[in-house]
This record gives sequence, structure tokens and C-alpha cells, in this order.
Amino acid sequence: MSHAAAPAAPAPAATRPEYAVELDGVRFGYDRRPVLDGISMVIPRGKVVAIMGGSGCGKTTILRLIGGQLRPDAGRVMVAGQSVPDLDRDGLFNMRRKLGMLFQFGALFTDMTVFENIAFPMREHTELPDELIRDLVLMKLHAVGLRGAAELKPSELSGGMARRVALARAIALDPMLVMYDEPFAGLDPISLGVVGQLIRKLNDALGITSVVVTHDVYESLKIVDYLYFVSAGRIVAQGTPDEVRASGDPFVRQFVDGEADGPVPFHYPARPYEEDLYARR
Amino acid sequence: MPVAEIGNGVVRVLRRVGAGTIDMIARLGYAARFFGAVAWNTPAAFRRIHLTLREIYFSGVLSLVIILVSGLFVGMVLALQGYDVLNRYGADDSLGVLVALSLVRELGPVVAGLLFASRAGSAITAEIGLMKTTEQLSAMEMMAVDPLARVVAPRFWGGVISMPLLAALFSTMGVYGAYLVGVRLIGIDPGAFWGNMQAAVDVRTDVVNGIIKSVVFGTAVSLIAVFEGYVAKPTAEGVSSATTRTVVESSLAILALDFILTVFMFRGVA
Repeated sequence: MSHAAAPAAPAPAATRPEYAVELDGVRFGYDRRPVLDGISMVIPRGKVVAIMGGSGCGKTTILRLIGGQLRPDAGRVMVAGQSVPDLDRDGLFNMRRKLGMLFQFGALFTDMTVFENIAFPMREHTELPDELIRDLVLMKLHAVGLRGAAELKPSELSGGMARRVALARAIALDPMLVMYDEPFAGLDPISLGVVGQLIRKLNDALGITSVVVTHDVYESLKIVDYLYFVSAGRIVAQGTPDEVRASGDPFVRQFVDGEADGPVPFHYPARPYEEDLYARR
Repeated sequence: MPVAEIGNGVVRVLRRVGAGTIDMIARLGYAARFFGAVAWNTPAAFRRIHLTLREIYFSGVLSLVIILVSGLFVGMVLALQGYDVLNRYGADDSLGVLVALSLVRELGPVVAGLLFASRAGSAITAEIGLMKTTEQLSAMEMMAVDPLARVVAPRFWGGVISMPLLAALFSTMGVYGAYLVGVRLIGIDPGAFWGNMQAAVDVRTDVVNGIIKSVVFGTAVSLIAVFEGYVAKPTAEGVSSATTRTVVESSLAILALDFILTVFMFRGVA
């Protein structure tokens, strides 16, 4: 499906061209439950930036705000100088054509082969002839090492392979920004290393910008340029991998060292243990 | 029981009824808007007609076996039961008329609709629901492809187009089944069987009305199927209950709509 050109983009309000993404004071909640409580971050062009935090801290919500699938309750979300919440449907779809996203478990289309999955965005958005699409798909698949798997169905792939195919699909239209939602979740150590290396290499080779949402601290520290730590809807720490390794911040230490208890408590909030035990009727 | 407690109980019941009613109205409103959105996305979906053709194959061609076999058996049973009654009044020659009118006016659209809802409707709901659960719909949106145009509209139209064809085939098989039982097995005169049928079945009042019914049922079942899949909770439990709801709601919708349509099509007792 092709879309008409977007109407004049809203005037960029004090954005800086070196940033692919800027979030400023972003608040968001589902129903009345607050998820993000004043998030501000910048993602410079050409960098790999990780957003880290425990499960359910609002990391994926940040990606959905950047992609325009959700609107913030307050604050600014800017992508390449455009205010995402102010875009109309066509504007949003035009912006998304410059984004690639890798979903947590790949989200490959199960009724298509690997080849068709990667050809999908090309067929939807371009008028390229079939031979050219074939060459492009094989190039993308070669980049992730799965040219030989082109004719397989997603159900025939291992978790790591599916993630790599999804990665090839995310870069199918040479996006400006690729967002990764938990790219390491559920992978064996080898696949984990492969996906990590691919994220870094593709970022540098294609000159794109990458946002990696993850809770895998070791893998991230190896490949990213900068990390934000999110907890309870706020950014609690940030820094380069070296700064993070040397950090004395209790939250960062708990996260990096994998401690069960700390600033992020082991116990879900409850009334005192003793009271609960005696309360039995 | 203290009065206050009874009062509380009444308030609770009223509250639940009120909440249920408001939920139902909101859901109906959402379904109507959804229908509008599907219609709006139809031109985009038809621009790549192979998507709709594929869905006609899945909902239509793959439902053929169940529709044809059921039609045959329904026709054979109708002939046996019909003959039993007609024979008492010496009206066995009218068997063809009885079977053809029952099938074309009522049983064809209704039974084919019910079978279609359980065979194709449930599959459409489960497929869209699972695509949602595995984030395939989200992925499409993030690729700037509208799932309403790419996934929902072709499935909806595939159902709308398949259903009248299936109903027609169901009726045809039913008539053939009645012929096998009535003429071949029981020995009714074939000339009377076919001749009376031809004379009594009117194209506009019987056949066209039957087709109108099957189009309405096809639209209702397809809309319910795509809607339930699209709004299903993205969990295993959510998809399974959405599939059940599709079959239940479609069946009730078919029977209720059948009554309403029959009232409009009824030619009086004169």
C-alpha cells in the first residue's frame, strides 16, 4: 500500500539534528496505572543505545511511544525532528517507513516463508520488480547468515534463527532507526552472541541508529555505546558501558551484579509477614 | 436477613446489570465503527485482489466438503420425512416442491451459515487472534502496513463472497439427495418430481430471497469472526474464548436475522 506524501511536518521545536530520537518529560499510563513518569532521553544518530530495566518497568512502552503506537499523556516524543504524537495517520505511516522494529519473539508472519517475510515490506512499499526484490532479500538474508534458510517457514526455525530473520526484515527498507524489543530473550549463549554482534555490525555498516530494550546486562555492555536504566517509570541511572561497570550507584550495582534484593525489592509490596500469617481465619 | 444487606445485594445486582448493559452497548458501538473501518479499507484491500482470492479459497473452497456432504444428507432426510407425511395425503408428487422450497428458502442459507460459522468463522477468529497474540499485527503496523487493509478486509470479503456460493451448493446437493431418496430409492415419478419443482419454485420470491439471506448471513458471520479475532485478548485463553464467541454469536445472529428477514419476505397467508 502506498501513501500520499505527509502534510507539512510540524515545526521541529528546538530539536537537534544529531539526535535520532528525543524524549522530554514523557509521562504515560494505562488506564489509571502510571507506567512512565517523566522520562527524558536522547538517542544520538549512529549510536547503539540500550534501555535497561526489570520486567514490566515500561521499557517496551518507550518503544511503542517512539513508534507512535501509543501517545504520551504529557511530554515530547521527537523522531528525526518530527513530533510523533502530532503526526496524522499518513504522517505516522510515512515516519514508520523509516523505522525498523524487531519484536520480542520475532513476530514473523507464520503463513509466509522466510523469503516472503523479508520481501513483505519491500512489496508493500515499493514497486520494485521481482528479480530486484529477490536480490535484495538474499542480500539481507546473507547479512544475517541465513541465505540458506530462505525457503523455510518460521515454524521450522530455532529461536535464534527467527530473531535473525526478524532482524533482516527490520532492515529490509534500510531504515534510519531500528528498535529492538528484548532481542536476547530466550536465546542460547551462541545465538545470543550472534544477535548481539549483528546488532552492532549492522548498525555500523548501514549507518543506522539502534535502540535496544533489554534486561541482558552482560550482552548489552559488550555492544552498546550508552545505557539508560529505567525503574518504576523513571530513569534512575545512565552512562557509557565503562561508567556503568565502574558505577557505585546501588540500582546499577544490583542490576549488573544480579542481586535479588536491593533498591528493587525482592518482595512485592505486602502487609507485614507476621500479620499476614496470623490473619488466617 | 437485615434490610441493609438486602438493599446492598439489590444495588450490587443492579450495578452488575448496568455495567453489563453499558459494556454490551459500547462493544456494539465499537463493532459498528470497526465495520466502518473495514469498509473504508476495502478499496485498498481490493487493489491486491489475490489476498481476497486466497481467503475465498480458505473459507470457501476448503469448506466445500462439509457443506456438500451436509447438504446431501439434509436433502436425503428431508425426502424421507417429507415423503412420510405427503404420502398420507396422496401428495407424493409434491416431494420435489417441498424439498426445493425448504432448502432454497430456509435450510440452505441457515444450515450453510451455521456450518460456515463453525468451519470458517472460527478459523478466521483464531487466525487473527493468534496473529495479534504473536505481535504480527503490531509488526505490520510498525511496517506502516494497516492490518485492517492487509489482514482483516480480505478475510471479511472472502467470507461475504464465499457464503452465498456455499449456500447455493448446499441447496443443490440437498435437492440431489432428495432425488436419490425420493426417485431412485422410493420410486416417485421423476417427471413429477422435477416438473412440480420447476413449476412451484419462483426465481424472485424463492431463489433471490434465499440468496439475499445467505449474503446477509455471510456478512454477519464474517464481521463477527474478524471483529472477535481483532479484539481478542492476546493470550491463549483470550483467543480460545474469542473463537467460542464467534461460533455462538454467529449462530444466534443467523437465527435471529433469519426470523427478521423471513418476516419481510413473508407473502401472507392468502
